[in-house]
Amino acid sequence: MSDNPVFDRIRDDITSNDVVLYMKGTPVFPQCGFSATVVQVLSHIGVKFKGIDVLADPGLRQGIKDFASWPTIPQLYVKGEFVGGCDIIREMFQSGELQELLKSKGVAVTQAA
Amino acid sequence: MGQVADRIERKLRMAFQPESLDVIDETNQHHGHAGWRESGETHFRVEIIASAFAGKSRVERQRAVYEVLAEELAGPVHALALTANAPAT
Repeated sequence: MSDNPVFDRIRDDITSNDVVLYMKGTPVFPQCGFSATVVQVLSHIGVKFKGIDVLADPGLRQGIKDFASWPTIPQLYVKGEFVGGCDIIREMFQSGELQELLKSKGVAVTQAA
Repeated sequence: MGQVADRIERKLRMAFQPESLDVIDETNQHHGHAGWRESGETHFRVEIIASAFAGKSRVERQRAVYEVLAEELAGPVHALALTANAPAT
């Protein structure tokens, strides 16, 4: 346990789920174009992920930025590790690195790299 | 160029001495979206190529840019699409 209960919750979420996306809105109804892009990429390669809506929780909205030292949302975590935001995920998807990373971490993807 | 765009460009030039830098105000493409303001200069795209990024991971490159622009991101800038690369060798 740390001094920060929000960090504890984040740590718990990203370690108990293989792929976690902190986003604005929900996977079905994203509230921001950047979040929507990452949802599209993950859906396209057939990755199961847990979407967490930061708009539903102001403490989390700031907390996740502090946690990753990353000032923007969305943020994607794979097996507890921060991978990147929208621009990085898009670049990695286009180059096939995202699919490779997921596979190397033992996460099922339906689309080959 | 607007004041915020101007400040972004100045800070990035000073911090990274980029080979190439584009700061594009995309606010008009986000009319009425969250964070959008009538005054403009809320949504930006930055494309920067600098040898300072050589050997750094994507996350490290973007973090370096975010650090330089921390004040803008905490203030007037709602969204920043960012491409940060080292020059092709």
